[in-house]
Amino acid sequence: MNAYAGRKVVNLVMMVLCGLAALGALLPLGSVLWLVVSHGVAGLNFTFFTALPKPVGEAGGGVGNAVVGTLQIVALACVIGLPLGVGAGVFLAEKGDSALGNAVRFTAEVLSGVPSIVVGIVAYGLVVVPMKRFSAIAGAVALAILMVPTLARGTEELVRLVPRSIREAALGLGVPEWKTSLRVVLRTALGGVATAALLAIARATGETAPLLFTALNNQYWNVRPDQPTASLTVQIFNYAISPYDDWHQKAWSAALVLLLLVGGLNLTARALTRNRLKGAR
Amino acid sequence: MALEAPASPQSTRHHAGVNRGDRAWNGLLLGLGLAVLALAAVIIGMLLHASQPLWKAMSPWQFLKSTDWDPANDSFGALPFIYGTLVTSGLALLLAVPVGLGLSIFLTELAPKQLRPFVAFGVELLAGIPSVVYGLWGLFTLAPLLREHVQPFLAKVLGPIPGIGALFRGAPLGLGFLSAGVILAIMILPTICAVTTEVVKTVPLPLREASLALGATRWEMVRLSVLPYSKAGILGAVLLGLGRALGETMAVTMVIGNNPEIHASLFAAGYSLPSVIANEFAEATDASHTAALASLALVLFAITFLMNAGARVLVRRSKHTAGAHG
Amino acid sequence: MSSKLIAAALLMFAAPAFADTLITGAGATFPAPLYQKWFSDYHGLHPDQAFNYQAIGSGGGIKQVTEKTVDFGASDAPMSDAELAKAPGVLHIPTVLGAVVIAFNVPGVTSLNLSPKTLSGIFLGTITKWNDPAIAAENAGARLPDMPIAVAHRSDGSGTTAIFTDYLAKVSPEWKSKVGAGKSVKWPVGLGGKGNDGVTGLIKQAPGGVGYVELAYANQNKLPVAALQNHDGAFVKPTVAAVSAAAAGATLPADYRVSITDAAGKATYPISAFTYLLVFKDMSDSTKGPAIAKFLWWATHEGQKTAPALDYAPLPDAVVKKIEATLKTLTVQGKPALASNP
Repeated sequence: MNAYAGRKVVNLVMMVLCGLAALGALLPLGSVLWLVVSHGVAGLNFTFFTALPKPVGEAGGGVGNAVVGTLQIVALACVIGLPLGVGAGVFLAEKGDSALGNAVRFTAEVLSGVPSIVVGIVAYGLVVVPMKRFSAIAGAVALAILMVPTLARGTEELVRLVPRSIREAALGLGVPEWKTSLRVVLRTALGGVATAALLAIARATGETAPLLFTALNNQYWNVRPDQPTASLTVQIFNYAISPYDDWHQKAWSAALVLLLLVGGLNLTARALTRNRLKGAR
Repeated sequence: MALEAPASPQSTRHHAGVNRGDRAWNGLLLGLGLAVLALAAVIIGMLLHASQPLWKAMSPWQFLKSTDWDPANDSFGALPFIYGTLVTSGLALLLAVPVGLGLSIFLTELAPKQLRPFVAFGVELLAGIPSVVYGLWGLFTLAPLLREHVQPFLAKVLGPIPGIGALFRGAPLGLGFLSAGVILAIMILPTICAVTTEVVKTVPLPLREASLALGATRWEMVRLSVLPYSKAGILGAVLLGLGRALGETMAVTMVIGNNPEIHASLFAAGYSLPSVIANEFAEATDASHTAALASLALVLFAITFLMNAGARVLVRRSKHTAGAHG
Repeated sequence: MSSKLIAAALLMFAAPAFADTLITGAGATFPAPLYQKWFSDYHGLHPDQAFNYQAIGSGGGIKQVTEKTVDFGASDAPMSDAELAKAPGVLHIPTVLGAVVIAFNVPGVTSLNLSPKTLSGIFLGTITKWNDPAIAAENAGARLPDMPIAVAHRSDGSGTTAIFTDYLAKVSPEWKSKVGAGKSVKWPVGLGGKGNDGVTGLIKQAPGGVGYVELAYANQNKLPVAALQNHDGAFVKPTVAAVSAAAAGATLPADYRVSITDAAGKATYPISAFTYLLVFKDMSDSTKGPAIAKFLWWATHEGQKTAPALDYAPLPDAVVKKIEATLKTLTVQGKPALASNP
């Protein structure tokens, strides 16, 4: 066999391997999605979304309070984390070329790698212990801490992408600097920032570890932010490690609901990106 | 040339208002920037403060070296958890890097253009699945699969081999280092693939075309032009994936077996740094137990920080090289 | 789908009546099935009061009550003197009796006798297969398979562990010196599960699995349980009657902290135990305090009637009398928590 044929064989083998790798990557995805949908759909009914969990052994019950709880905690986290994250990003973009700016940027990089369980411990010490109770707000603080670093870095890059000409045009027309940054530059970058925010929110919605000892859990409906609150992710965890088949079924259904929530946010973010890139300016 | 209008009351007020607005804005931005610094300080400060009581009893080196985790008897050692974290993450890398690289090459070189967005979309979906859902799948699908098919197969085929066989001995439980490693591999795959694809895309077209023009096959073009060029970036992707694997909590907690011991076999049950914190933090009553857990959190923080910092340096350096050559 | 979810969620704000008083407690998983039933029943009787109980393990209950992040705690393991020193003013109120059982999942085996020696051997890791001669000797006629034993234990700080290891330390000098007793110990072998739930799940999933859990969990999951050899030498299965027999001979100190494992008597089940709710003698919240006291009174009287159905043994009458006296000493900001005729 001449050298070229040998090389062609090697090429074919490697290309096949790469194809197999693609398959190997998509297979678990297919399995997870298929199982969540097929097992989860069976348990979805009106009771599931609207009822409270029942004690073990009693049929029925649902995760209504967990769905509401997740929405509540994530909403609170947005109120804290979005302004902080986006604002820090604008700081880095506008004033970031200084020693302070570099320090802040480096810190944001460091913080973005903090494992979520560590953030949970910090939120426990910061909020739960002084408040003397587990609460939705403690969970929200933990999630906000997770959102801020990635949002800050993302916003910085997006704001820096806005062409200098736009900023200079506004300044040339006499618009004060702060108005330029806020109403002109940020508005131009808004689409990208919204995408980054949606992705951060999607990530926060899927978190479990930081909520374990901040928001704890709750058997009942709860609207007060200063009380323990149920959440979809913690509920899935508790149901999954239990021995009861009924709870396992609920875990799959809750996982389906969670995937739809998180997937919905991710898809919206991508749709926004596509629209933005298509209709540029 | 009187460009500046004479200071009429109107314009002075306008200027004063503008300055005030700017000052407030700058103050706000500064505050937000400082808030980020404050956040980091609070996190590190809290962890250091909480781990204080432990340093009275033992030195950091002793803590890192000891394998004895016995909270009831005030004996703490970090080694079993460091071992578990490193073994599962290492196994995850071993599985995810080749697959991730292969997938990336598939996406950039091989796949027909129509197929690419779908495969890329699939990978993005993988990245978005929450950890607890992976854990759920791991418990009910992966663990039985490993226990009933994969582990017995590995034990039969690889177990008897001297040396490496020690990795595949013991009763097949379905839970343990192997399951945790496999789940972590699936979870870090999207990260590795996404960053590698980004880096590979920066390889300049002339460089690829050059090797093709010289008669290289597709694979040889990848091997000779693309990979060496993107080496730093790929290493960065690997480190980013590793950083993510090290910090994963829920999926690992659900399948690792929660046993604070060091065993050679991958079939054995183990424990990782995030898992022990998740399991024991809510109930650590003695200051020394809490201090030990906070110290483990510091160790975890330090390891992930090093990985992430190294990764970003490498990815940035490879992108700069692209800029220089491009 | 997301918008439909949000709409459904918003609709639900309108519907149910939100409890005016939300009381949060955390702790033991040992009595959790019964507590869940109690809190659910009590909420039906008093819709304005909601007790939110989170089963995070006895260790968690003790810690959170010490840090005052919950209104009451729950633990099967009585607090040690050191723990009480950190939480001054905490009282133990016994609520019910339960049994720590050895549940197993061995194909083809529906009943098992285990002596203290074999039991400690399994958990020490010296007996590793189900068809070990030591097990076979105590189970003539059983078809024990040649299968590895997959031990399951607790990964979190557990009162159930404390009770089980307390028993093992009493009956096995080897266990006492090698491992000891406590809410969390250094297990020689096995997988760790979170809560009684987690251990039951591990036993159920792994063929050859064995572990220690509260009776209610084994029964709810239809797992067979072993008959253990008690202090007098008889092999006894865990039943409500056997647990009550173990408590009958016990003398309770004033603070109720007692161990009744390995009790004397022919019909006693050797790993029985009281479980406690942890409350502050003087409570600070003027709505929650009386509510907690009233619930405790209800639980130790009417609540006892629902216990046997869930495989928990009711408190002996003598103990209930003592508890009544203790409950009457509970105060809210200095004033008695209970009305004169609760």
